[in-house]
Amino acid sequence: MRTIQFREALREAMSEEMRKDPTIFLMGEEVAQYDGAYKVSQGMLAEFGEKRVIDTPIAELGFAGIGVGAAMNGLRPIIEFMTFNFSLVAIDQIINSAAKITSMSGGQFSVPIVFRGPTGSAGMLSSQHSQAFENWYANCPGLKVIVPSNPNDAKGLLKSAIRDNNPVIFMESEQMYGDKGEVPDGEYLIPIGVADIKRKGKDVTIVSFGKIMKVVLNAAEELSKEGIDAEVIDLRTVRPIDYATVIESVKKTNRLVLVEESWPLGNISTEVAFKVQKDAFDYLDAPIKRVNCMDVPLPYAPSLIEAFLPNIERVVKEVKSVMYRK
Amino acid sequence: MGKLKFSKDQYLKWYEEMLLYRKFEEKAGQLYIQQKIRGFCHLYIGQEALVAGAASVLLKDDNMITAYRDHVHPMAKGVTPRAVMAELFAKSTGCSKGKGGSMHMFSKEHRFFGGHGIVGGQIPLGAGIAFADKFLGNDNVTLCYMGDGAVRQGAFHEALNMAMTWKLPVVFIIENNNYAMGTSVERTSNITDLYKLGHAYEMPSSAMDGMTVEDVHFAIEEAVLRARKGDGPTLLEMKTYRYRGHSMSDPAKYRTKEEVEEYKAQDPIQKVLKTIIENKWASDEELETINNRVKDVVEDSVTFAEESPYPEASELYTDVYAEADYPYIVD
Ligand SMILES: Cc1ncc(C[n+]2csc(CCOP(=O)(O)OP(=O)(O)O)c2C)c(N)n1
Ligand SMILES: [Mg+2]
Repeated sequence: MRTIQFREALREAMSEEMRKDPTIFLMGEEVAQYDGAYKVSQGMLAEFGEKRVIDTPIAELGFAGIGVGAAMNGLRPIIEFMTFNFSLVAIDQIINSAAKITSMSGGQFSVPIVFRGPTGSAGMLSSQHSQAFENWYANCPGLKVIVPSNPNDAKGLLKSAIRDNNPVIFMESEQMYGDKGEVPDGEYLIPIGVADIKRKGKDVTIVSFGKIMKVVLNAAEELSKEGIDAEVIDLRTVRPIDYATVIESVKKTNRLVLVEESWPLGNISTEVAFKVQKDAFDYLDAPIKRVNCMDVPLPYAPSLIEAFLPNIERVVKEVKSVMYRK
Repeated sequence: MGKLKFSKDQYLKWYEEMLLYRKFEEKAGQLYIQQKIRGFCHLYIGQEALVAGAASVLLKDDNMITAYRDHVHPMAKGVTPRAVMAELFAKSTGCSKGKGGSMHMFSKEHRFFGGHGIVGGQIPLGAGIAFADKFLGNDNVTLCYMGDGAVRQGAFHEALNMAMTWKLPVVFIIENNNYAMGTSVERTSNITDLYKLGHAYEMPSSAMDGMTVEDVHFAIEEAVLRARKGDGPTLLEMKTYRYRGHSMSDPAKYRTKEEVEEYKAQDPIQKVLKTIIENKWASDEELETINNRVKDVVEDSVTFAEESPYPEASELYTDVYAEADYPYIVD
């Protein structure tokens, strides 16, 4: 199979859909003439023209709201945030408009819009540029939230997101755009809300999603050298969450570790852990553990970043603790 | 404009300050390429007069706040090059203890209220700092810098309206270098004379040549006087240029070499140097002494930064809350 970059997979998803549906457009900062701040939309202005690939001023609240209005009136916007840190300027339009309008209008209006861009930390950028808002958006009914971890999933899920008739938050990472992975030639869709078992195993279940999946898969390799066979589940979507796949796995392994780049209070790990203790309590042989970020803003210094983020060592340690191994 | 209104000493001071800003940033750029400085790194090269022309007006208790292109502003408020360089190196001796980095210089001691990373975010903060001074009844003035890209944010318009309505002692300074990343001013609005945005709020507003330190000084002086008298805010659009890309990772293909050269020909440091030489205010030897002094200060800042330690991992749990014993979640 051919191998392409994460950013190319995203570009293919958008371009393929745009070729088929003339109501789709891409809007955001530097998406057109600059070919994208992270080159995701490279060449799209040349193919689709200024009407459909649109540079905006730095005015997130305004262009997010313009996207929502356009979606209410027959278009299917893709709104790119240079990063999701800047989506906070626009969050009123996402939460109070996009997520609510279908409900408030008694189902008369739908808001088929995708808000996409990178999430999470990306090196020494300090606290305003290093935040993960997956659980914030996932908390809000009316939205769907997708966080793919590889090029194949990114393409199939983004195509589904664009075709979805709800507002969808689609989160990427600066640190994944260059990642290469196998992507089929032909067209395919991946359904929203379905987790994927990235590694089969029998001893312990590790659940994660997004960029940090790389850490988890590497940790699983480390563990296998020590005779621990981990099953790794990639949620891929954090609203809705595919609880069934997780619970089925836990029924087999009887142990669960959740790994998430997020602050610990009220995150996706908390939510999945609640569900598993409620629906699979009798199957658990150990308390559920999680590996998250520290409960502080992420500072600039590398010494502090290292202490803040989930890493292989911490994942291995928590897995061993649920297996009662040293 | 009436250049001779300023003394020889003022010119020599401007020259040395701006040369320091320039050499400091050139060094930061080199260190970034050597990966000794990481993250994003936005240099102020070409824009020095915007800060030097403020330093010659401001009093010690006046305030300053800006965006993420913030290595130079704190030095104008008295923060040492050592503290800024150490911050760029992420060291605990930096002016934000290695926690803020390139985009987040802070110094309460020097009334520098920070570099801020969300475009437009610092503009209401600047108005708020001025609100406090007015509330407390002192006559400090706040200079609030921003890029041309920031004036398209709602925060700018909301802040200008309230600042004008409440006559807050703040001077809004647009560093109009004609680009927000790769987007030129004329691609973002019908209103390309940015100072005119102030007219919507009936705010005294004007544009000036930001490559000429005297012009910057005059404009800021007038605005600061107005604010100090209690007559409210001013919007100043300073036309300037960044010689380098948006950040160290921007190849800047959206503009021509000729355009860059055109601005370099109006270099603010060279202009001041010309005035000094024409008036015979310094011999070649004296200029050489200044150049060497600047070089030494920059080198010293790098040595200091290199020799300083990174913050300890335990520092993660300091400076987040006012109280030291906040119960963090640690599982
Ligand atoms: C709210 C927000 N949106 C987008 C960005 C990404 N970004 C950082 S700098 C920048 C351009 C800003 O240009 P300008 O205001 O002209 O300042 P300059 O870089 O020219 O000093 C953009 C889009 C951001 N930091 N914050
Ligand atoms: Mg600019």
